Amino acid sequence: MTAAVIKRLRAVWHARNLEFVRDRATMIFTLLLPVALVIGMGLVFSGKERPLFKVGVVATSIDKQAHPFLRERYVEFVPIENEAQGLQKVTHQQIDLLLDLHGAPRYWVNTDSPKGYITEKLLLASASGAQRQPVTGAAIRYVDYLFPGILGMNMMFSCLFGVGYVVLRYRKSGFLKRLHATPLTAFEFLTAQVFSRLALILFVTGVLYVGIGTLIHFHRAGSVALLLLVTVLGALSMIALGLTIASRFSSEEVVGGLLNLLTWPMMLLSGIWFSLEGSPQWVRWVAGIRKPAWTKPRVG
Amino acid sequence: MSEPILEVRNLVKQYPSVTAVNGLSLAVPEGICFGLLGPNGAGKTTTIEIMEGILDPTSGDVRYRGAGLDQRFREEAGILFQKTALQDFLTVRQCITMFRGLYQRGIDVEEVIRLCALEKLADRDNRKLSGGQQQRLLLAIALVNDPALLFLDEPTTGLDPQARRNFWDLIRAIKARKRTLILTTHYMEEAELLCDEIAIMDRGQIIAQGPPRQLLQENFAEVMLELPKQDFPVSARNLPLRFIDTAERVEITTDDLDATLRILIDAHVPLSNLRIRPANLEDLFLKLTGKELRA
Repeated sequence: MTAAVIKRLRAVWHARNLEFVRDRATMIFTLLLPVALVIGMGLVFSGKERPLFKVGVVATSIDKQAHPFLRERYVEFVPIENEAQGLQKVTHQQIDLLLDLHGAPRYWVNTDSPKGYITEKLLLASASGAQRQPVTGAAIRYVDYLFPGILGMNMMFSCLFGVGYVVLRYRKSGFLKRLHATPLTAFEFLTAQVFSRLALILFVTGVLYVGIGTLIHFHRAGSVALLLLVTVLGALSMIALGLTIASRFSSEEVVGGLLNLLTWPMMLLSGIWFSLEGSPQWVRWVAGIRKPAWTKPRVG
Repeated sequence: MSEPILEVRNLVKQYPSVTAVNGLSLAVPEGICFGLLGPNGAGKTTTIEIMEGILDPTSGDVRYRGAGLDQRFREEAGILFQKTALQDFLTVRQCITMFRGLYQRGIDVEEVIRLCALEKLADRDNRKLSGGQQQRLLLAIALVNDPALLFLDEPTTGLDPQARRNFWDLIRAIKARKRTLILTTHYMEEAELLCDEIAIMDRGQIIAQGPPRQLLQENFAEVMLELPKQDFPVSARNLPLRFIDTAERVEITTDDLDATLRILIDAHVPLSNLRIRPANLEDLFLKLTGKELRA
């Protein structure tokens, strides 16, 4: 590569970087969207253990030592002032079961309530003295599951829209025509665009990875080098896709539609938001084809 | 005579429904300002874009210093298109610096900024410039490589009269640096002021070529008398005069001013709004094509 080519590449690369950095709205959006998504989704779907069942206890306060059932996880115990009030709540399935520990333990359950049925089983099991078989292993928090996917999604949007739309805008505004009248070749222009976007993506993703990762105490497992390689290859694939679409069409509407057509199935089928383990076989098969490389490794 | 800096031979550009350029040939000597004139749709922009290497001709040949439009041409040519948007968010200086980086040799960025009177605007976002300021920036970009050949495609279209005159001053300064300019315009005043040689185009062909003064002398031994249409009664139309109607005026051409004035006075044509002037390029175009330049 000659000095003249490097000089031209550097000029276009630098100008494109400036254009991106000066575009405060896009920059803020690129940085804040994943932060907001991780925090928001994390708050909504994780946090403390969410109770699955609700049991009323005829008492002024809950004494966990009063009965083994009261120490069950995922069951919320709420004190109920009197039996009559509790029975009304059971009848209307506002609680799944009513327990009265005054004297010999008694309970009421709504036979029409599926949750009441399970809660009753839990109550009977907890008082039966059955031996417990513990299983060890830290659970993956939803936020740990979500975080790499959000980073990948941010990269995908930035690569596809940030390159495809920009090239389309350059062409429509006559800027590409102006560049065509200079010694800059099409290859040099595209190379500068690809490396500008790649550098910015790596920078932004790195900042988000460290920043949000620290904030949520993200647990990383696996090779950092492999993660970087997959990130670079994934970003290059997405940039190439964006350029391909931008080179074929001259309408923002068509390009926007096509990019959405590509990105939404990828997002939904990539497992960013939810595990596809329970989905039908054909969905997992389609996901296997469509899933971009960067979503495959589980970084958490 | 020295070899022309740019030569066009038998240029044809055919679109599905129209032939925009039809067998055009011309040669541009080095160091002059060459004007390509014609009305909208005459084929000026198509011709100049082929000469710039932006469009491929259907047939014909363009040669720069005897060779094709190769990398040397791109290094040595400067171009100012009719419309060019630059990158968003970049300042005037950054736009110029970016283009300067695309050429191996050229003028220092600060010198170009001075040459195009952009000092006070150098740190302003290029999108926040007025029309005249934007054209000065585009001219600065066209000059960053210190071009031997500069294309100016209707550079003052859409500018107000003051901005247009300021721009002409800049072009004169570039002419003083002995650069070759190829200018397209439909402003005859602009062509008369700036061009050493002109070619008039119509329907994709050159219909006259030469220095403006020489073309006028060859085509007009006469002077022009202009009268408002309302001052030229129907009865006067039968007088022994050579005249044509334009949008608002009647233009009488004569090589005997005294005799023509006597005829008009004898016919009681009111002369208080009469204007007498020498022929200009507008008249030449009208004479050659039978239509007004900006029709």
